[in-house]
Amino acid sequence: MEYIYGVISVIGIEIIATVGLSVFTGFTGLFSLGHAAFMAIGAYTAAILTYFYNVPFILALLAGMLMSALVSFVIGFPTLRAKLRGDYFAIATLGFGEAIRVILENLSITQGARGLPGISHFTTLPVVAIFSVIVVWMTRNFILSKFGRNAIAVREDAVAAEMAGIDIFRVRMLSLVYSAACGGLAGGLFAHYLNFIQPAMFTSILSTQLTSAVVAGGMGSLTGPIIAISFFIAVPEVLRVANMWRLVAYGLILVLIMIYRPSGIMGYHELSFASFKNLFNRKAANQSAGGRRM
Amino acid sequence: MSLLELKNVTKCFGGIVAVKDLSFSLNDGEIAGLIGPNGAGKTTVFNLITGVYKVTEGIILFEGKDINKCDPVSIVRGGIARTFQNIRLFNKLSVMENIKTVLFREANYNFAQVLMKTPKVVKMERHLTERSMEYLKVVGLEQYANFRADSLPYGLQRKLEIARALALKPKLLLLDEPAAGMNPEESLALVDLIRYIKEQYNLTIILIEHHMDVVMELCPRIIVINFGELLIDGSKEKVQSDERVLKAYLGEEYANVAGN
Ligand SMILES: Nc1ncnc2c1ncn2[C@@H]1O[C@H](COP(=O)(O)OP(=O)(O)OP(=O)(O)O)[C@@H](O)[C@H]1O
Ligand SMILES: [Mg+2]
Repeated sequence: MEYIYGVISVIGIEIIATVGLSVFTGFTGLFSLGHAAFMAIGAYTAAILTYFYNVPFILALLAGMLMSALVSFVIGFPTLRAKLRGDYFAIATLGFGEAIRVILENLSITQGARGLPGISHFTTLPVVAIFSVIVVWMTRNFILSKFGRNAIAVREDAVAAEMAGIDIFRVRMLSLVYSAACGGLAGGLFAHYLNFIQPAMFTSILSTQLTSAVVAGGMGSLTGPIIAISFFIAVPEVLRVANMWRLVAYGLILVLIMIYRPSGIMGYHELSFASFKNLFNRKAANQSAGGRRM
Repeated sequence: MSLLELKNVTKCFGGIVAVKDLSFSLNDGEIAGLIGPNGAGKTTVFNLITGVYKVTEGIILFEGKDINKCDPVSIVRGGIARTFQNIRLFNKLSVMENIKTVLFREANYNFAQVLMKTPKVVKMERHLTERSMEYLKVVGLEQYANFRADSLPYGLQRKLEIARALALKPKLLLLDEPAAGMNPEESLALVDLIRYIKEQYNLTIILIEHHMDVVMELCPRIIVINFGELLIDGSKEKVQSDERVLKAYLGEEYANVAGN
């Protein structure tokens, strides 16, 4: 039972990071290859505050979010300026992710590569559940507002968006800062779930996992990436018996999705009761954009 | 006072001179056709007016202000909207959401209110839905409100682009081949639509169009360019009877044959 709670907690934490990234990658159309770094910043900020300074858990989490958001703002400022070229950012994040890890390995307050052991276990399953529900709900509100529509407009056609008076830089910056804040929150929760963090936990493998979940789940869907990240974490756990096959199974899932659902599990749609009804009314489902609503 | 004025505008792309020493001005409430053979530089003129490209030489005045230093966003907000020759809709959004998107400045809620989904956000969103419905009705797309934009046939996508441009509340509307891909009946309906929106919204319009019947129906004044240069700027009667226009379109020999 303990074990299952653990798996569910990790899924909940990663859902927060994934949903944040889906705003940036799925809805705004920019790729990040270093999002684990935002989790690392949130994790270390929150952990250092509770561990060395006895700051209350909630405040430490908020500080982790803020720190991540702040760093993303500084990173985004020069890289997102190149108005129509999102690829600068992807390349920059690759280096950024590694740089953060190297910094964490060399600072004294982070205790270098050994990491921080003995962090208090504040992240219980109910805490994870509450935070992930709140984040998913807020992200949905974001997507269904003018801010969300502007992000999608920029993804769909940056020139047309600009000709509609939308400030592309501001839209991209908002998405980046929001997704970094989500990553920071997920990191803070993660640190206080595992009770131990070290820089090696936040490598590009984690960044890749998050980005894969968004792409596999559907660029322009929230439920899709949530389903995808849950699978990515649960399937290797279920297949733990055959440990050596875990990575193979993981790869196989991705390949199958790419072949059979190139636009992701959910594509541009959301999983909802309405979409089940639409299954019986195929034509309406194909033509109507109403499926985007949750 | 003229609403728009181009003074000796030149635009080069590397070695190509796409627009060369072009000058014309447009009065408030005018509707002018901008015609010329393929590659004459018509779309480039629109791209210069809207700030997508910066002029190589010359100035562009809108309401007396030099707008060529401005970024595209402030030019749009200043009152110039356009449609695109190769349709550029927000494809994965619904027809309605395409309009709602460009109405974003009417939604005076902030980000914190959005995250908490306050009643104000809900109310403003409902208001935006109603407002976008008004524009969809103008172009006759209200029954397609919930269709995805890219599921519409081309003719309707062009109308949606017009509605989206209208929703930006422009003073000057630039239409880049709105009748492209339409059959004669559809172009006829388009003529009525353009006439209607011009009166209804007090617009000044520049129309790029290869369908000459549409241009002749709508535009008392026609500006003809060829190889980026002004060929004639005058009344449609004058342009219709000018043999240089025929030559530009058909080439020297054909013009001679047609002239005989
Ligand atoms: N971004 C660009 N870079 C290089 N050359 C360009 C660019 N945009 C336009 N041109 C060139 O400028 C010239 C004019 O192009 P433009 O698109 O303005 O013509 P047009 O009159 O709109 O033609 P059409 O009737 O085919 O739409 C062409 O030779 C074109 O190749
Ligand atoms: Mg053109």
